[in-house]
Amino acid sequence: MTILELPVEQPVDATMERRRAIQVAASSSLRRRKLSSGIALGVCWAFLGIAIIPLIAVLIYVTAKGLPAWSVDFFTQSTTPEGIPGGGVWNAIVGTVEITLIAVAATVPLGLMCGLFLAESNGWIAATLRFTADVMTGVPSITVGIFGYIAIVKNFGGYSGLAGAFAIGFIMLPVITRAGETAIRGVPQSLNEAALALGARRATIARRVVVPTALPGIITGVLLAVARGLGETAPLLLTIFGNQYLQWNPTKPMEALPILIYNDSSQPYADLVQVAWGAALLLMVVVLILSIGSRLFAARLQKERR
Amino acid sequence: MSLPDNGYRTMLAVAAVIVGALAVWLVVAIVIQAHPAFVTLGYSWILQKTWDPSHGKYGLLPFILGTLESTAIAVVLAVPIGLGTALALAYLVPHRIRPVLSTAVELLAAVPSVVYGLWGLVVLAPLFRTTVEPFLTAVLGWTGLFNGPNGGVGLLLAGVILFVMILPTMVAISRDVLAVVPNEQLEGAMALGATRWQVLHKVVVPGARTGILGAFTLATGRALGETVAVAMVIGNSPYIAHSLKSPAATLPSLIVNNFGESSGTELAALFGAGLVLLIIGISVNSLARWLVWSTSGGNSQAGPR
Repeated sequence: MTILELPVEQPVDATMERRRAIQVAASSSLRRRKLSSGIALGVCWAFLGIAIIPLIAVLIYVTAKGLPAWSVDFFTQSTTPEGIPGGGVWNAIVGTVEITLIAVAATVPLGLMCGLFLAESNGWIAATLRFTADVMTGVPSITVGIFGYIAIVKNFGGYSGLAGAFAIGFIMLPVITRAGETAIRGVPQSLNEAALALGARRATIARRVVVPTALPGIITGVLLAVARGLGETAPLLLTIFGNQYLQWNPTKPMEALPILIYNDSSQPYADLVQVAWGAALLLMVVVLILSIGSRLFAARLQKERR
Repeated sequence: MSLPDNGYRTMLAVAAVIVGALAVWLVVAIVIQAHPAFVTLGYSWILQKTWDPSHGKYGLLPFILGTLESTAIAVVLAVPIGLGTALALAYLVPHRIRPVLSTAVELLAAVPSVVYGLWGLVVLAPLFRTTVEPFLTAVLGWTGLFNGPNGGVGLLLAGVILFVMILPTMVAISRDVLAVVPNEQLEGAMALGATRWQVLHKVVVPGARTGILGAFTLATGRALGETVAVAMVIGNSPYIAHSLKSPAATLPSLIVNNFGESSGTELAALFGAGLVLLIIGISVNSLARWLVWSTSGGNSQAGPR
């Protein structure tokens, strides 16, 4: 019998006992925790996959269906009546660009001034207004369309591009206001104080110091608002009505890309559906370029400042 | 030359008042236009079950339910999947491809809704009819949620399209707020021996709950008010859906489909539908903003941008 085989009497030590119990529990807990961690992280990865697949599918499908529709005629001709082949979306491009430009021209100054007001005030008025702007972003777009119909179409001689610009502007306004406020609040207080110490007036400070400094944020906000406004369909259906023919006059019913897609895609004519896919691709590409552009622009201005 | 300070302040205040007045004008204008419907029909019509303008019935209940149900489907899918995706994008995906995937998801938030509607109608509807709906009926038929024929278009497809549409919103905002949880907190949890999931689940998600709630609201609001994509895939039937596969309609799809041809009481009833939608939208939005406000300790700056 060697010494190793002697039954060793471990000293019964309460501390050692507890330590061993903890070690056992901890190692089994660790195993359990690692397992559940692995499962949960796997689920996260799976969700990432689920999220990406439909999104990629939309991009590929729209590109595949829309690209064949693109041609010189597609971009330079207006829509042809049902059943007549050919035709393009020039009328819709004119309408969309004009309506968006009018909406931007009206809402950017207004939204920016409102953003300045919000950034400079902290009272209950500003709090109420901030809340109102937030709630405005939550107003369903079809309701904005109804508003455009009641306010402009009914009172000012029927469906028109201007009514559409009014509705789209209403949708863009709170986005620009809140993005402007956030960007302006990011301007260091010291810049403000330095300008004040130099005796500058508030308006000068806003124009020469605050807005230029906050410009990347403001431009990003505006471009995002434009991207959102471009894709809106429902408000336009109730305000500009749609128009098969080229119309430059914004006081008349106009066509727009989303309306063209919505109307043509439900037509029984293959070539109209084809045009709808082409328009969908065009709209998607423009919106994506705007989104990427706003990002790159913001990043570049940020870099230059450093 | 510059405006004196008083003039400048007045100008800003005027701009602010205009923005506020626009919002008030919207509510007042819709209330006034919907008023004739309340005069003719009283108040109970909103919750009546039958929409039949040729017989003077303008019940909105099927559309209210359709709106809530399609939104519920979308949100139930989007919350776990969006949160998981956001966690993966913020913490799991290798650094090299993180910006690419993130940008891709964010850019897809910008795809116009009419494009999603077109895609849903042309691609998903046939797929649902031949594959998804038979499968769900076989597996989950016992719940009674999948009775009736496989039509493709219907409540389920509308919910799924809404899910795809609100997912980028959910992911982009959640990812941003998840990513800014202070590193010290993560390191502290790791030093205590927490696994990666425990760090995410117990430290990162609670730390970002305010922003996640904001993302959730914004996504819900978008789903509630979405019009054309839903109108293209929900089937537009003015009856209460008895199954997820039934065609249905929502308040926005009702308005957009009937607006052109209606007048008189029907038009007023459509404005009433717009009013109901507005009330639902604003309530959800206000409730969630109040939640955000109260969870962030009264800091009104928080919330979705």
